[in-house]
Amino acid sequence: MTTPVLSVRNLNIDYIGAETDFHAVKGVSFDIAPGELFGLAGESGCGKSTIAFAVSRLHRPPALIRKGSQILVDGRDVLTLDDAELRKFRWREVAMVFQSAMNSLNPVLTIEDQFYDVLRTHTGISRAKARTRAAELLKLVDISPDRLSAYPHQCSGGMRQRIVIAICLALNPKLLIMDEPTTALDVVVQREILQRIDVLRKQLGFSVLFITHDLSLMVQVSDRIGIMLEGELVEVNDAQTIYRAPQHAYTRKLWASMPRLHGTQITGEVTP
Amino acid sequence: MKLLRQLLHNRKAVIGLTILVLIVLVAIFAPVLTEYSPVKRVGRPHQPPSWDHWLGTTRLGHDVFSRLVHGARVSLAVGIGAGLLITVIGTVLGIIAGYKGGVIDEVINFFTNMVLVIPNLPLLLVLAAFIGQASPLVIAVILGFTSWAWGVRVTRSETLSIRQRDYVKSAEMLGEPGWRIMAFEIFPNLISIVGINFIGSIIFAVIAEATLEFLGLGDPNTVSWGIMLYNAQNASALSVGAWWDLLSPCLALALLGLGLALVNFAIDEIANPRLRTGGMLARWVGLTRAGEGKL
Amino acid sequence: MSDAPILALDNVSKIFGRADNPLYAARDVSFALHSGRTLALVGESGSGKTTAARLIMREYFPDKGQLLFRGAPMGKADSKALKAYRSSVQMVFQDPFASLNPAHTIHYHLDRPLRLHQRGLSRAQRRAAVEELLQRVKLDPGQLMAKFPHELSGGQRQRISIARALAVNPQVIVADEPTSMLDVSVRLGILNLLNDMKRQLGLALLYITHDIATARYVAEDIMVMYAGQIVEWGDMEAVLGNPQHPYTRLLLSAVPDPDRRFSEAGAELDQIETIRRQSALPQPDIRQVADNHFIRPMP
Repeated sequence: MTTPVLSVRNLNIDYIGAETDFHAVKGVSFDIAPGELFGLAGESGCGKSTIAFAVSRLHRPPALIRKGSQILVDGRDVLTLDDAELRKFRWREVAMVFQSAMNSLNPVLTIEDQFYDVLRTHTGISRAKARTRAAELLKLVDISPDRLSAYPHQCSGGMRQRIVIAICLALNPKLLIMDEPTTALDVVVQREILQRIDVLRKQLGFSVLFITHDLSLMVQVSDRIGIMLEGELVEVNDAQTIYRAPQHAYTRKLWASMPRLHGTQITGEVTP
Repeated sequence: MKLLRQLLHNRKAVIGLTILVLIVLVAIFAPVLTEYSPVKRVGRPHQPPSWDHWLGTTRLGHDVFSRLVHGARVSLAVGIGAGLLITVIGTVLGIIAGYKGGVIDEVINFFTNMVLVIPNLPLLLVLAAFIGQASPLVIAVILGFTSWAWGVRVTRSETLSIRQRDYVKSAEMLGEPGWRIMAFEIFPNLISIVGINFIGSIIFAVIAEATLEFLGLGDPNTVSWGIMLYNAQNASALSVGAWWDLLSPCLALALLGLGLALVNFAIDEIANPRLRTGGMLARWVGLTRAGEGKL
Repeated sequence: MSDAPILALDNVSKIFGRADNPLYAARDVSFALHSGRTLALVGESGSGKTTAARLIMREYFPDKGQLLFRGAPMGKADSKALKAYRSSVQMVFQDPFASLNPAHTIHYHLDRPLRLHQRGLSRAQRRAAVEELLQRVKLDPGQLMAKFPHELSGGQRQRISIARALAVNPQVIVADEPTSMLDVSVRLGILNLLNDMKRQLGLALLYITHDIATARYVAEDIMVMYAGQIVEWGDMEAVLGNPQHPYTRLLLSAVPDPDRRFSEAGAELDQIETIRRQSALPQPDIRQVADNHFIRPMP
């Protein structure tokens, strides 16, 4: 059994308030194998984004990862890394694409400068080499290299998201975390981007932690799926089983709440 | 009210409000707090603080403490009065400009920019000098009518952003008249900005009034902290060692400013949760230190 | 349920930009809303569906063509005609967090439309009417009347939005993506509510969305919009079962379908650029495919 790329063990995360605590993540454990696309599905407030942030250690107070939690990336516990090790860890081993990543591109830097920024910080390469590498990466996501001199506002939303993905792949990370990466995009653009990720995944061999609330999309794209409800992981199974034979009542309720485009329509009965 | 409860939980607000309430009470009960009249000669000139005269006497033999507590009335009245005028003009013009847009917005902007560009203090100096010995009321009016421009800017930009929101559109679609939308849909959402503007204006007005009087443009017969500074400066109080004469009004002004500023910070923190620091994270810091968790 | 449409757009165009470089936010758009029926307007962002909504809500005025209300064209009208219009056409917004004023209670939100449009009611009668409205949208009046919007969940807020729209006794409701910002498990309740209201009150509903699956759940008729034009329209099952326009086929194949893995893509997904470019060109002809199924063929 090869070492999983990501191994989350007994993760507990609370948001500390003035008097009471909010338990955002309760005892969650799961693994992601190398090259696997693992989907984490759930509605708002279930804790899926909290988990994603915890893996990259991006949380700010009042969030608190309780002791006893373990997050192992390729066997190393991320929670014990100090600042210097963390800096090396981010981008190289784990990269994250946020929902509003289109807005996380610096508006006053050209695309080429954005790439240079990341590459230089982590590898110290020269400008010329960075330009070549940037062009390579843009080709991976189907963007022509003459976009390097453009500014983010000159690119469409879908293009910006693809640029962010290209920057994330710059250092060949082992794990790509995508937190609702296509929710704000149109369905055709969404399809294009996810198809590209699928191709790149098979080509470069990274794993993906894919977070979304769109279950149908997740079944299309993922190898395995975890369903989260109020901080707990209630069901983990491979995609087709989650679709055709859901075990947990909540999963069944989710499927019963989604109108179908093809075939028989759902009955529409709402169970509380 | 929820806002009041939140204010009372915030340490800055409590300290600030305590200071303010203290100063206001002192001003209201001034005649009770001292038996001396602020304008009669009641002792020997430049006496240091003693049991008879808690803060000593001025060069003319007036009791400094008595002048301080009576002067509080004038300084507060001018501060609050001018602050109110500044805020009312600024808010009304700002909301109208932001909501109506078009020509009305252009005209209001034009006048606002004009008033903004004119440097405030020199304008006040010229006006006060022109009027001669300006009484506190005149000073309050002058301040009110020349300092509203910044408030218009801030209120207008906030109104512009609220104007786009769906609930304003919904009110328009229901057929609500424009004045109702401005007064009851937009204004209630501006209260924290208007509050901060108001308190900031009070601070500004108090200091501006003191400045004008210190420079000799006020009416020397009034009793206010600014006039106290003016008299102390004229009597070269510091050089002759009568520090109580100058420092009393100075510290009083500083204390009032501090109280107002603390309340302002508190309103800001409550209105914008992202500015919260320190006290509100006490439990989190405690748990992190105990090793119960980490980021 | 009469056949005459309550509200109709007749060859409406909305043009922005300069005369030499016009941008058609809507081009020759025509559709009609009938009481008791839901029409779904489907398209991606920038397709012109928001423009259509704004034209109907009288935020924009047509540059070409006209808006017909009960058969009569609405000009930039007088205030009396506008008031009648406002009593008949209401909107439910997308964002449950922005559509209610955080400074006012729920009671205030429902009381205002009653005061504006039913002046004869006394205070007690208005209060009873507010309670009745809340019960109609399946909320408990006792619990919610005195609360503020931030104390309610997204689903509850959206129900209040619907109640507010119903308070004026409208004939047409425009629902602009009413469920896209709600949790999955809450969406169905709102859609069911809209369906129930439509049936009970004989409302005409215009349902604007980018999520075709929910459109299929609520609407009998569908219009597919791209770059300001309606490229295919007609009966829902006819259009979805037999899409003729390449853009419609592209849209349908991109919608996530758990039955089809990525590798089994439709032919349209290989020609996305071409289809997009061709569909943006003006397509003035109309071709009838079936009894209630029309398309504008690509040039």
